[in-house]
Amino acid sequence: MDGYYAFMLVATAFVLMMTVPALALFYGGMSRSKSVLNMIMMSFSAAAIVGIIYVAIGWSMGFGGDGTFFANPFDLFMLKDVTTDGYIGVMFQMTFAIITVALISGAIADRVKFSAWLVFVPIWAIVVYFPMAHMVFSCTDDSLICGRIGAQDYAGGTAVHINAGVAALVLALLIGKRIGWPKDKMRPHNLTLTMLGAGLLWMGWYGFNVGSIVFSEESLADEGTLIEQFMSETGRTFANTTLAAMAAIIGWLLVERVLHGKATSLGAASGIVAGLVAITPAAGAVNIEGALAIGVIAGAVCAWAVGWKFRLGFDDSLDVVGVHLVGGVIGTLLIGVFSTADGAGGVDGLIFGGGLDSFVAQLLGVLVAFAWSGIGTLVIALAIKFTIGWRPDEDSEVGGIDLAEHGESAYDLHTGVGGGVKSSLVAGATKAPEGIGA
Amino acid sequence: MKLVTAVVKPHKWEDVRSALETFGVTGMTVSEVSGYGRQKGHTEVYRGAEYDIALVPKIRIEIVVDSADVEDVVGIITKTAQTGRIGDGKVWVSPVDTVVRVRTGDTDEAAL
Repeated sequence: MDGYYAFMLVATAFVLMMTVPALALFYGGMSRSKSVLNMIMMSFSAAAIVGIIYVAIGWSMGFGGDGTFFANPFDLFMLKDVTTDGYIGVMFQMTFAIITVALISGAIADRVKFSAWLVFVPIWAIVVYFPMAHMVFSCTDDSLICGRIGAQDYAGGTAVHINAGVAALVLALLIGKRIGWPKDKMRPHNLTLTMLGAGLLWMGWYGFNVGSIVFSEESLADEGTLIEQFMSETGRTFANTTLAAMAAIIGWLLVERVLHGKATSLGAASGIVAGLVAITPAAGAVNIEGALAIGVIAGAVCAWAVGWKFRLGFDDSLDVVGVHLVGGVIGTLLIGVFSTADGAGGVDGLIFGGGLDSFVAQLLGVLVAFAWSGIGTLVIALAIKFTIGWRPDEDSEVGGIDLAEHGESAYDLHTGVGGGVKSSLVAGATKAPEGIGA
Repeated sequence: MKLVTAVVKPHKWEDVRSALETFGVTGMTVSEVSGYGRQKGHTEVYRGAEYDIALVPKIRIEIVVDSADVEDVVGIITKTAQTGRIGDGKVWVSPVDTVVRVRTGDTDEAAL
């Protein structure tokens, strides 16, 4: 048990790293140079806000007791009655809430008031994410997706990726296109940042998937069984996570080579994420052949799916729908096909003669996630649209959201002429507070 | 022959380019420049210290055209780059003595 506790400390820090900075860099590199800071700030601010409300009511709503949709938000308010030796479990789940919210930001790059995002984040976490976490991860007998439907979701195919992907689709449709899209190409401004972010995401995903182990009652009753489950299950989830990412790189590159003529670095980075998304729900359920199959399918299908937005005309700027929603659905459904009885869920999928029951349960889980996230996000997004509004004025968006919302620019590449002069030196005024910049 | 030089807002450049292409302009030289006119720069704040950023980013377009086309080209640029707000830029025309196409040695109108 000491080993497990030490492992969870590391896993939790890894998952936090997935948002700060991995996702921020992954998204930041894909955005335009005039909006990279805002993109990064959407992830960083999500971490701050969601983390604090998570300890206030998030843990209680998710894991505080029984309930079909969520538990009482105030039973464990501010972690009362949670002893400090249970805190790491809270922190681990908190990092999942943070990254789920941050994932959505990729769909609305370059064009949303920072204030609107700051209002959206806590409300979405409370109304949409905390209940989804209860339905999937707490797995009380009456929880909808895990307890009642019996769908398998090892680390968040429904609760994290489909959830964030549906929210991204709703926001992209409701907030609308960036000015000039799709006529202006708006290509990624720094793919090295994106590759770095994708690599860090991959690393962090070991905390995400491998750390999601849940011990069986037999294991908790017997030390030997516990160690056996811990070692065999973490080995399985680690290997599956790795192989799915690798297979997805190949799947993505093959499809884009056929569709667009070149195998690209952005394709490799996207393939990594698509594969990891798809293996997230299935990491414990399948063997390594299943992981390879899920990875290559997810990579190939997502590479094709990211083109839909141009045909259908919605500006999902950084492909949250094409990667997270599509990848999440693929991984969640394919559990019903590739799972094995010696995996974490204990049931055989279709190809191992397990019949359709598992697949139907997975499908129902997906539909619940679509409905909960779709309706919840729509209500919140409409409320914001008709009160404070989502979009800045046209000049702010065209001039760059970094400058308009944060008063900063990410890169100073022309120090000779454009770098700016410290006002206090020019005017002889003392605008800069003392001690700043030390 | 005339040299048409235009300084326009960066997000208008794509519109200007495609309108000129439709008109029949086959090439141009484009640079990212910065400067200021009536539209001044802005202030940025880093750790509480304010910085005056005097210069505003613009796109400069340079096209050498047949004298007969000058009015049309200037008109197209003015129309497509216009937002009606301060900072839309300038277009100016200057005379050109000689043009040589480096590959062939063609001169003047034949080199355009």
